Amino acid sequence: MITIKGLRKDFGPRTVLDNIHLELPSGRATGIVGPNGSGKTTTIKALLGLVKPTEGAIYIDGESVQGQWQYRQNIGYMPQTARYPENMSVNELFEFISEVRGNPTDNKAKLIEYFDLEPELDKRMRTLSGGTRQKVGAVLAMMFDPRILIFDEPTAGLDPRASVQFKKLVHREKEAGKTILLTSHIMSEIEELADYLIFIVEGRIRYHGPMKELIEKQKEQRLEEAVAKMMEEVTA
Amino acid sequence: MKTLTILKYQWKDLFRGKWIIGYGLIYLLVADAMIRFGGTGPKAMLSIANVMLLLIPLVGMIYGALYLYQSREFTELLLAQPLNRRTLFWGLFGGVAMPLALAFSLGVGLPMLYSGIIATSPIVSVLLVLVLGNVLTLLFTGLGFWLALAFFNDRIKGLGFALVSWLFLAILYDGLVLLTIVTFGDYPIEKPMLALALINPIDLARITVLLNFDVSALMGYTGAVFSRFFGSMLGMSVAAGCLMIWLGLPLWRSVQLFKKKDF
Repeated sequence: MITIKGLRKDFGPRTVLDNIHLELPSGRATGIVGPNGSGKTTTIKALLGLVKPTEGAIYIDGESVQGQWQYRQNIGYMPQTARYPENMSVNELFEFISEVRGNPTDNKAKLIEYFDLEPELDKRMRTLSGGTRQKVGAVLAMMFDPRILIFDEPTAGLDPRASVQFKKLVHREKEAGKTILLTSHIMSEIEELADYLIFIVEGRIRYHGPMKELIEKQKEQRLEEAVAKMMEEVTA
Repeated sequence: MKTLTILKYQWKDLFRGKWIIGYGLIYLLVADAMIRFGGTGPKAMLSIANVMLLLIPLVGMIYGALYLYQSREFTELLLAQPLNRRTLFWGLFGGVAMPLALAFSLGVGLPMLYSGIIATSPIVSVLLVLVLGNVLTLLFTGLGFWLALAFFNDRIKGLGFALVSWLFLAILYDGLVLLTIVTFGDYPIEKPMLALALINPIDLARITVLLNFDVSALMGYTGAVFSRFFGSMLGMSVAAGCLMIWLGLPLWRSVQLFKKKDF
């Protein structure tokens, strides 16, 4: 259960998030959508403690995350732009993070096989293509089998095959009862993977609820159209 | 424990870059040359100390700042893991400061060993140069970290400030002190002069060295004043105490900044 209460974040004079209230029950898959620069990534980063809130609090399972770090043991995070230490090889990176987290699972080998990463294991991170880096990020996020999975634009940069593979995997994790939070600009992806939708514009939540309701409310067939309509309504 | 894990990987990465080995070699060459030409007396030690007083602050600050900028990916990756920010900070700092200190110690220490200077000169002087070099390395790497954290999104500014600080502390400062003395020479200015020496960590280190070698005339006016005002022993303790404060301040500020920072 993730609870966000009155979250606000200012970067200098700019308010990026304003009065965010959220409740995400365990085991639910939620998609965050919104225009560029609306605060999706900042919300996720606040949840991870990468960004310190100006006001408000975040609770995971009822405990405030402020100044805490142990709670991240339960979170797997795949960032939007996968940036890793350039000189490390893929294998070294996996081992390093394993040592830091200290709870290796047998998921690692399965994931490496699943994403066909064996031939890349001894290559340095800087020599990898963007898509391969994304795959490495996906393995890092899931290899510890955490309860909460956070994906920021996960399939951007993945080829169609890897993208399908990745979505299948997320689907499986969802079936296994993981709490999933993901952002994407590809609405079909959100439709496929999430049940609930959060729509953020300019740092405020405009919609939070089941995806089906939104589609019905907007009298549209597909999520993409419903969201596009909602964006038009907001800007109008 | 996790700090150690981070350190291990940082060092591996650093030594792979070979840059740090070149840095150690510079000291090896300088120390070797000084001992060859200056003999095994205090003259060689003083020359080594002089090179160290210039080079360590420059490399410490620039490389400290640069390193933090370069490890941004590493930092972001680790911040999303179950890891304390404080742990991560010391991992990053130790990851660069300790290899720099080691490169200096080996570079200066080896020629001293094989030339036999360790046997002929007083052990206190040898130790002093080595310890001061290590303290200065930690101190200026800390300053570099501080500047890089204060200007985290503006590398040019961070590195620029590092360079200007070095220029000011290592080179311009003594000139300014001299100018003050020439201008206000008719007034009793010894105490303000002492304060001026305490403000600059490079001056502090220089004074500690010259009080130990008892050659205050060699290294600038501030040293002479310091030597006369304090007895040798008291002067050294005060200088060493101030150096410790200088060592703590940037690191303390850096930790504060690092803990508050948005990534």
